[in-house]
Amino acid sequence: MSARAARILIHGALILLAALSLLPLLWMVAVSLMPGGEASTFPPPFLPRHPTVANYHLLFARQGVGRYLANSLWLASLTTLFSLMFNSLAGFAFAKLRFAGREALFRTLLAALVIPSQVAMLPLFLMMKWLGFVNSYAGVVLPAAASIFGVFLVRQYALSIPDELLEAARIDGAGEARIFLRIVLPVLRPILVTLAVLTFLGSWNDFMWPLIVLTDQSMYTLPVALASLSREHVQDNELKMAGAVLTVLPVLALFLALQRYYLRGILMGSVKG
Amino acid sequence: MRTGLAGWLFAAPALLIISVFFFLPVLAALAVSLTDFDLYALADLHNLRFVGLENYAHLLHSREFWNALANTSCFVVAGVPLSLAASLFAALLVNSRLTRLPALFRTAFFAPVVATLVAVALVWRYLLHTRYGLINWALAGIGVHPIDWLGSPHWAMPAIILFAVWKNFGYNMIIFVAALQSIPADLYEAARLDGAGVWQEFTRVTLPMLRPTLLLVTILTVAGYFQLFAEPYVMTEGGPLQSTMSVLYLMYDEGFKWWNLGSASAIAFLLFLMVLGITLLEVRLVGRRDER
Repeated sequence: MSARAARILIHGALILLAALSLLPLLWMVAVSLMPGGEASTFPPPFLPRHPTVANYHLLFARQGVGRYLANSLWLASLTTLFSLMFNSLAGFAFAKLRFAGREALFRTLLAALVIPSQVAMLPLFLMMKWLGFVNSYAGVVLPAAASIFGVFLVRQYALSIPDELLEAARIDGAGEARIFLRIVLPVLRPILVTLAVLTFLGSWNDFMWPLIVLTDQSMYTLPVALASLSREHVQDNELKMAGAVLTVLPVLALFLALQRYYLRGILMGSVKG
Repeated sequence: MRTGLAGWLFAAPALLIISVFFFLPVLAALAVSLTDFDLYALADLHNLRFVGLENYAHLLHSREFWNALANTSCFVVAGVPLSLAASLFAALLVNSRLTRLPALFRTAFFAPVVATLVAVALVWRYLLHTRYGLINWALAGIGVHPIDWLGSPHWAMPAIILFAVWKNFGYNMIIFVAALQSIPADLYEAARLDGAGVWQEFTRVTLPMLRPTLLLVTILTVAGYFQLFAEPYVMTEGGPLQSTMSVLYLMYDEGFKWWNLGSASAIAFLLFLMVLGITLLEVRLVGRRDER
């Protein structure tokens, strides 16, 4: 096969795969701009004949989507903030500060990565109930405020901080807290961006736990609200697609902006085994 | 020792959260799975009884559990190889010397991974619509009669598998691309000097060099696919005729619909034990072949 033919073949396959990947997403946007009922025709229309934002208007005016959007934003931001704080402290400690039991603790944490998080969900719900956190933001944020994966991610990166740098600061009389704030955090910046993107997207896209712990509609996150909307309004496809667009767009935009950091997180996570 | 105290103080908040909100509930799940925890116990703990392994025995004799396990296994057995094949194919394309704009294609393939599952599941439910869906419309073009994808017990699971492959293949593609890039170029040169064709290069150089990555990716994907829940919850509600009921969905229903927390915890633990067993099996099988 000539190089030219190979090149055409490869690009043909690439374009086909890209079309398969993106078409559902593009079609989602197209349908969300159609007036109610237009998408329920055969053959299915690709583009809206008379584009309208009526569905979005309806979602905000009647379905209270603004509230769900705010819930999702608030919960994802808060989770990200806590996760950055606690995981960076612990990740640095496991990498660079000697303390009794460190190695054994770290091995235990790594081994626990094989336990699916759903195993904990039933008792976690009971615990939240006794704490009075069912149907509260705390019920969603607290369990995700620190994670084994987050600690691991920061630790792997922090291992590369030269000990001399920390020693020099100690000799100069700096306390550990000061060293962490002034020297360690700036060095950790890239991995903290990675952790932030992963946590934010993970929290935004999370479905099962918010579905369980948020029982009142006014507390719903976008995915939970969307699932509930689709059960109530089975026929309103255009409305559902508008809801889907609102849910997907923020995370897609965040990913496009910080893609490099996100992908590094995946690669670091995949060597955890 | 100064750093000793600091180390503990720095690690303590994260360790506390992980212990209280993960380790403790996991242990509690084991304990609860040995009781008859139900709605009455939820109201008053005095109604709680220790029942030993009764929940487990009951599950192993229940048709719902075996049905859910069979459905989940079907999803894993068909979905994982399809996903991995799609990931590897996409990675080979993106990584090819001839490819222009690889970063652009990589981003396109990855978009479904970051898209919120619930949202794109809704999109797919619509794509799979019997009368108005694009998929049946495309199939009609090649003479296939409309398929009632999500309404038929035969087609619902294949439809969900198709959706999962679409949603996830970009993730493992990223890992494969990184692994492909770490294969030394002179291996390919040597193969070419020996007269190897494209296919032989793939089977003799690429695949053997990818083995550790393949094992890792298989383990992670199998573990992930066993946790099937949101797809059937949004697309089929476990139906039709329980044909897409997964183990985790059963746990959810048992726990949060019927409030049989004892039985639901037993389901969670059985799922965990299965995933653990399969992971160990995968590691051993591959490890043994390496010794030869």
